[in-house]
Amino acid sequence: MPGLLYFLVFKYLPMWGVLIAFQNYQPFLGFWNSEWIGFEHFRNFFANPDFFRLLRNTLILAVYDLIFFFPAPIILALLLNEVRLAYFKRIVQTLVYVPHFVSMVIVASMTYVFLTTSGGILHELVELITGQSINFLADTSWFRPMIILQMMWKDSGWGTIIFLAALASVDMEQYEAAVVDGANRFQRLIYITIPAISSTIVILLILRLGSFLDNGFEQIFLMTNSLNRSVADVFDTYVYFVGITQGAFSYSTAIGLFKSVVGILLIYGSNRLAKRFGQEGIF
Amino acid sequence: MNTKHDTISEKIFDGFNYFFLGLLALVTVLPFIYIIAGSFATEVELMEREFFIFPRDPSLSAYHYIFSTDTVSRSMINSVIITVVGTLANLAFTFTMAYSLSRKDLLGRNVIMNLVIFSMLFSGGMIPGYLVVKELGLLDTYAAVILPGAISAFNMIIIKNFFQELPPGLEESARIDGCTDLGVLWRIVLPLSKPIIATFGLFYAVGHWNNFFSALLFLNDHEKWPLQVILREIVMLSQMAAGDMSAMDPNFVEPPDQSVKMAVIVVGTLPILMVYPFLQKHFAKGVLLGSIKG
Repeated sequence: MPGLLYFLVFKYLPMWGVLIAFQNYQPFLGFWNSEWIGFEHFRNFFANPDFFRLLRNTLILAVYDLIFFFPAPIILALLLNEVRLAYFKRIVQTLVYVPHFVSMVIVASMTYVFLTTSGGILHELVELITGQSINFLADTSWFRPMIILQMMWKDSGWGTIIFLAALASVDMEQYEAAVVDGANRFQRLIYITIPAISSTIVILLILRLGSFLDNGFEQIFLMTNSLNRSVADVFDTYVYFVGITQGAFSYSTAIGLFKSVVGILLIYGSNRLAKRFGQEGIF
Repeated sequence: MNTKHDTISEKIFDGFNYFFLGLLALVTVLPFIYIIAGSFATEVELMEREFFIFPRDPSLSAYHYIFSTDTVSRSMINSVIITVVGTLANLAFTFTMAYSLSRKDLLGRNVIMNLVIFSMLFSGGMIPGYLVVKELGLLDTYAAVILPGAISAFNMIIIKNFFQELPPGLEESARIDGCTDLGVLWRIVLPLSKPIIATFGLFYAVGHWNNFFSALLFLNDHEKWPLQVILREIVMLSQMAAGDMSAMDPNFVEPPDQSVKMAVIVVGTLPILMVYPFLQKHFAKGVLLGSIKG
């Protein structure tokens, strides 16, 4: 069974490999001969001033993501659901799905081309309207909005699929009954449509919380430059810089492990919370 | 839910809704259109904003420029190799495993399923993953970007559920006719799975074409870089790989910086735009298969 072998080698071998977080791993000594040092890397990391900066950046981006990006597909799906012209709905859907299939490199590249201070069309547009030349790519206060807007552009359309499917399964008779009872469209939305998709929303929210600390490595990595680093560094990119480019394998593994453990706790926590509120949860 | 008594406020809402969604669709596609148009424009046109959608004087100079050196063409070849080989490997690994797990008589089936599900919740992280690839001696090989992602646990589970819903009678009759295990898979199950193979094949292929991270992590050898890495070099770090420029024809006039960048973006996106119509036919169904609980 090649599949099983695959999981053992590429998924479970790395899990076992996290043990190097407790070692002073030296590539030339290898796993078996490296010195065991317990929690020292973790202590060092928590004592490092970088830790709070990373935590802050990671959390702020995650919270922005929940507030601004998470509801976007839901709202979009609800709006699409109100469209009665079938062909108009289909055209809009077809178009808003496209960016999902484009790579993050393309998205970042387009952002660079549009926002560059030397001839970027959006940059010039903003300059024309506000009279100010804003260097979006380097300005620390624009980093987070830029990341969230990229995500919204890329994936809000795609995210509607699952909600539209949930909406399509709502029993039409419920709407008819509501109309007979004199409910207007807004009331139908509040009392029928939204309850119909609430379990889908909860499941997706749990999944999202489980990866709360994952800010999307590629995107952040691509949008980071020397000028916005103070707000851009998150756990994922830090692990890459310290681990791969500087070769501090054990130390960065410890950071990664810290992140994974928090992620798993968040999944279990949010799942239990969902169950307490009478929702199904994912396991 | 079309009712006869639309009130004024409902009509206003409808009007606003159509306008908003239309605008949104436009905002989604305009960047692509602008980039494609810009890749054919000349420097003057771009700087002076003399065109919006159609350049007045379309030229291919940006494309001539990027293909005048090996960098872009070589990376395209790399991307094609990785995409084709990678997708075939994905399909082979994923389908054989999904098929085995769909069989109730498989020894240790539950244990394996739990291993798979746990791997979706917890992972060793970037560094141990990197070290495993390194220890296997795969650094700087195509295998390094193909093998670590050979199976998506999520896709595998969806496909497994699909197999489980095939009528069991089919297999029994094939066995009575003397089919072996592999024969059943090859002659009965796979032909029935064509749509699902197409769906996941396309998903995997798009993933390989767009993959940037694995190449960044595992490939130091510039010769093996796929297009996405080159794309970043040219657009975001503003450099063609060193050494290429000197070999160029001295009479060659450099096309505008911006349209070169746009042309590279177009080249990196084109395959997606070409398969999109095929993708679109399948993906809604493919994604919804996933929402059925296993």
